[in-house]
Amino acid sequence: MKVKVISRSTDEFTRERSQDLQRVFRNFDPNLRTQEKATEYVRALNAAKLEKIFARPFIGAMDGHIDTVSCMAKNPNHLKGIFSGSMDGDIRLWDLATRRTVCQFSGHQGAVRGLTASTDGRVLVSCGTDCTVRLWKVPVATVMESEESSHNSSEPLAVYVWKNAFWAVDHQWDGNLFATAGAQVDIWDHDRQAPVNSFEWGKDTVVSVRFNPGEPNVLATSASDRSITIYDLRMSSPARRVVMRTKTNSISWNPMEPMNFTAANEDCNCYSYDARKLDEAKCVHQDHVSAVMDIDYSPTGREFVTGSYDRTVRIFQYNGGHSREIYHTKRMQRVFCVKFSCDASYVISGSDDTNLRLWKAKASEQLGVLLPRERKKHEYLEAVKNRYKHLPEVKRIVRHRHLPKPIYKAASLRRIMADAARRKEDRRRAHSAPGSRPKEAFRKKRILQEVE
Amino acid sequence: MDMKVKKYLRGESANLEILQDRKLKGQLAVREELYGKSAKAAAKIEKWLLPSEGGYLEAEGIEKTWRIKQESIAQEVDILSTRNQYDIVLPDFGPYSLDFTSSGRYMAIAGRKGHLGILDMKNMALIKEFQVRETVRDIAFLHNELFFAAAQKKYPYIYNRDGTELHCLKEHGAVLNLQFLKNHFLLATINKLGQLHYQDVTTGQMVGNYRTGHGRSDVMQVNPFNGVVAVGHSRGTVSMWKPTSAAPVVKMLCHQGPVTALAFHSNGHLLATAGMERKIKVWDLRKFEVLQTLSSHAKTLDFSQKGLLAGATGSFVQIWGDLAGAQSYDRYMGHSMAKGYQIGKVAFRPYEDVLGIGHSKGWSSVLIPGSGEPNFDTWVANPFETPKQRREKEIHSLLDKLPPETIMLDPTKIGAVRPTRKKEKPTNPEREAELEAAVAAAKDIPMKKKTKGRSKPSKRAKKKQEAVEKARRPFLEQAAKEEELSEKKRKRISEENELPKSLQRFTRKKAKA
Repeated sequence: MKVKVISRSTDEFTRERSQDLQRVFRNFDPNLRTQEKATEYVRALNAAKLEKIFARPFIGAMDGHIDTVSCMAKNPNHLKGIFSGSMDGDIRLWDLATRRTVCQFSGHQGAVRGLTASTDGRVLVSCGTDCTVRLWKVPVATVMESEESSHNSSEPLAVYVWKNAFWAVDHQWDGNLFATAGAQVDIWDHDRQAPVNSFEWGKDTVVSVRFNPGEPNVLATSASDRSITIYDLRMSSPARRVVMRTKTNSISWNPMEPMNFTAANEDCNCYSYDARKLDEAKCVHQDHVSAVMDIDYSPTGREFVTGSYDRTVRIFQYNGGHSREIYHTKRMQRVFCVKFSCDASYVISGSDDTNLRLWKAKASEQLGVLLPRERKKHEYLEAVKNRYKHLPEVKRIVRHRHLPKPIYKAASLRRIMADAARRKEDRRRAHSAPGSRPKEAFRKKRILQEVE
Repeated sequence: MDMKVKKYLRGESANLEILQDRKLKGQLAVREELYGKSAKAAAKIEKWLLPSEGGYLEAEGIEKTWRIKQESIAQEVDILSTRNQYDIVLPDFGPYSLDFTSSGRYMAIAGRKGHLGILDMKNMALIKEFQVRETVRDIAFLHNELFFAAAQKKYPYIYNRDGTELHCLKEHGAVLNLQFLKNHFLLATINKLGQLHYQDVTTGQMVGNYRTGHGRSDVMQVNPFNGVVAVGHSRGTVSMWKPTSAAPVVKMLCHQGPVTALAFHSNGHLLATAGMERKIKVWDLRKFEVLQTLSSHAKTLDFSQKGLLAGATGSFVQIWGDLAGAQSYDRYMGHSMAKGYQIGKVAFRPYEDVLGIGHSKGWSSVLIPGSGEPNFDTWVANPFETPKQRREKEIHSLLDKLPPETIMLDPTKIGAVRPTRKKEKPTNPEREAELEAAVAAAKDIPMKKKTKGRSKPSKRAKKKQEAVEKARRPFLEQAAKEEELSEKKRKRISEENELPKSLQRFTRKKAKA
C-alpha cells in the first residue's frame, strides 16, 4: 500500500518573522474561482463607477492677465513652463507646478497674437497686431526655481517692425527659422531685420501657421479665405492647398505621424487630413457646438485637445469621431487657446475670462507616484473595463458626461438639424433617378476643392 | 501539458475566419494569442511552481483500496495527519450536522438537541460552544468564520463567533436546510412548507420567496459553478432554482422514489443524486443525462474538490472515485462506524484529505487520501489567514458581490452576444390554419337585429360574406406581395444570367449607392 495525504506544516506557509511580508500562494485552477465572468463584470461596473467618482479634472486656474488670453506656447526644454500672451500685449511665463507667474515680459503695444519658443528653449518669439515681431530671452530654469516670486520684466532681445499686423507665429521644430502669418506668410531668421522669404497665395489674411514636426521645411497655414495651404520652404511657391466650406482657425500636426494634421474648423468640427491626400478628410471629429478655436496634439500622437467658442475644452482620440472627454466650468468663458503639456498628462486652456486653466488629461487619473501594487490594480481595472465596455450598463456609465444646459440644448438642436438634413437628402435621392444623386461622404462634403 | 493548457483556456477560441471586418479580426486575433499565452503560463506554473502534491492511495498486489482500513492508513502517514482521525462522542445532543468554511480551517457543528459550536481545525481548538435549547436542523457558515446561520425549531438565526444572536430571520419560517451563496451573499433556505427563500445578508433584503410546490423537502444543495440551488423532492424530481424567477429553471425526474441526497461537483458538470429506491445516479449537467447509476443507499452525498464522491447510509460511509478519468465512478474507499451510529451528514474538508462525518452520537473525521486540492490560493481561500487578511478579504468580497441576476444555468453567457434570431416565416399549413381561424371568427360575429328590411336573410348573408372577405383580404394581400417579390427576384436573376453580355446593359439598372 502506498499512501500520502496532504499535510501542511504551519511553518512552511506562514511568515517567519513579524517584519516579513505575508506569504502568498497562487493556484490558477478555474474550478477554485467560480463565476469568473460575473465577478469580472461586477468589477468592471464598479471600476466604471469609481472612475466617475474620481473624475476631478480641474486642477487650478492661473490668473494674472488683465485681458483675454489669446495665445500660448510650450517651452520644449522645460516641462513646467508655459508662455501666455494676452490681448492687452502682456506676455507671461508661468510655472505649472506652483501655478504662478515666473516672469512677465514687457510685451507688445497691441494684442499679442502669436507666441512660440525656439528649439533650444532659449528664445521666445512673439508677434502682435502692432506689426512687430519681438524676440525675448527666456530665463534659465535654475533661476526660475531660485527666485520664483520675482516678477522680473526683461527687455526684448530684438524688435523687428514689419508692414502688417501678425496673426500667428510658429518656430521650426529643428532649425533656426520661424514663420509668421498675417497678410502673407513670412519666414524669418533670428538675426535678420526683415523676413528671409515670403509666400502669398490669394489676398486673404493667413490666420494660423504650424511647422511640420518631422520635416523641418514643411509648414501648414490656414487663411480666412477658408483654405488650408501647405508650403515647402525649399520651393519658391506654395505646394498644395485645399479650400473648405468654412474657415479653419487652427492646425496641429500629429507629432507621431507627421504626415497627418488636424484642422480646427469654424463649423464646430475638426478634420484630420493626410497631407499627401487632401481630397478627403481621414476623420471628422464632431462634438463641439460652436467654432473650434484652437487645437493641440498630445506628444503621444494618440489624442488631441481642442478649445471652442462654446466655452468647453474637449479631448479626442486621433481616430475617434467623437470626443473622449469634455471639460467645462461655470467661470470659463470662450476658449481661445489650448495646449497639451509635454508629458501628455495635463491640458492647459486659456480663455476669455483672462485665466489659464490647468486640467488633467485623464480626468480620474491618480496624481503622484504610484506604488507598483496600485499601478497593477489600476491596470487590471482598466483591462476589465475595456473588456466589458460593450455591455449596456458599463457603456452607459462610461459614456455619461454632465453638460451645461446651453451646450446640451445646442447639441440636441444640432442633432435635430442634421437629422432633418439627412432625411431631406434621403427623400430627394429616393425621388430622383437612380444614381443621379450619389451619396456624399461627410468626410468629403465640407471640402470645396483641392488645388495643387 | 496540452491537457493542462486546455483547462486554463476556458473553452474553445472563437472562429475568426467568418469575420468580414479585418480590423476587428486583427484585434481579436491578438486577444486570442494573449489568452493562449496566459493559459500556457498558468499550465507551466501548475507543472513547476505549485508547492504541494496531492495525496493518493495505491494498492499493491492483491490489495484493494476499498479494503484498506483507517488504522492501516494511520500507521503510514505523518503524525500531523493522524490528528485528523478522531471520533467525538456526544451521545446526548445527537445527530450532528456540520459545515466547513471555504478555506477548510473552521468547522461549525450543530447537534439536533441544540448544541452549536465552532472549531478551529488547524490547532483542534474549540472556539465557542453553546446551547440554544431547541431543535437545530442545519448550520451554515456565512462569508467567513465570524458569522454562521443555524436553522432552529421555528426560525433560522444568525450568530456571530462569540455565540451572540445577531438576527432572527422570521420570514423564513421553520427552515429544514440552509445554504449560503458566498459570491452573492445570499442565504437560501427551504422551510417545512416547501418555500424557498433567498435573503441578502448584507442588506437584509428578501431577494426571492418562491413556493416549490412539491411539498416538504430537506434536500437542498447549491451548485458552486453557477449559484443555482437544486432541491430534491419526494416524488423523485429535482428542481433547480434561481432567485430571479418564480418557476424552476430546470425540473428533472431523477428517481422513482423520494430523492434523499444531492451533491454537485465543483466544476458544475456533475450532479449526484440518491433515491430511496437504492440508486445513486451521476448526471451530466450539460446534457442532463445519466452518466452512471450506482446501486447503493445514501442519506447524504458530497463531492470532494478533486471529484471523489462520498455517500453514507446507516453507519457506513462509501467513497467512489473517478480514478481513470473516464467519468465512471467505482469503489475507492469505505469506512464503517460503530454499529448503531446513524450518519446524517458527510462533508469533505476543503484543501485537506479529510472527510467530516456528522452522526447520531457525535461527529468523526477520517482520512481520504486524494480528496482535497493540495494547493490553495491565498486570494481565494487561505487556511492560514490572519485577522488582517480576513478583514481585507471581506472588503474585497463585498466589493465583488454579485447581483442575484448573475445566477443562471450557464454563467459563461455573461458578456456574450445573443445570436441574432432570424424571423421565421410561417409555413404553408400554418398560414392556412390561421386563415381558416380568421374566417371562422368572422363568421361567428353575431348580427344585430335591424329594422326596415335590413335584417332580411339575403342582406344578412351578404353581410356575412363581406365580413369573411374582409378577414381574408390581409392574408391574400400578403400572399400576393410575396409572390410578386419572389417573381421579381427570379426575373432579375434570370435576366442577369440568361442575357448575353452585350444585352445585359439594357436590363433594369440597380440604383448605385
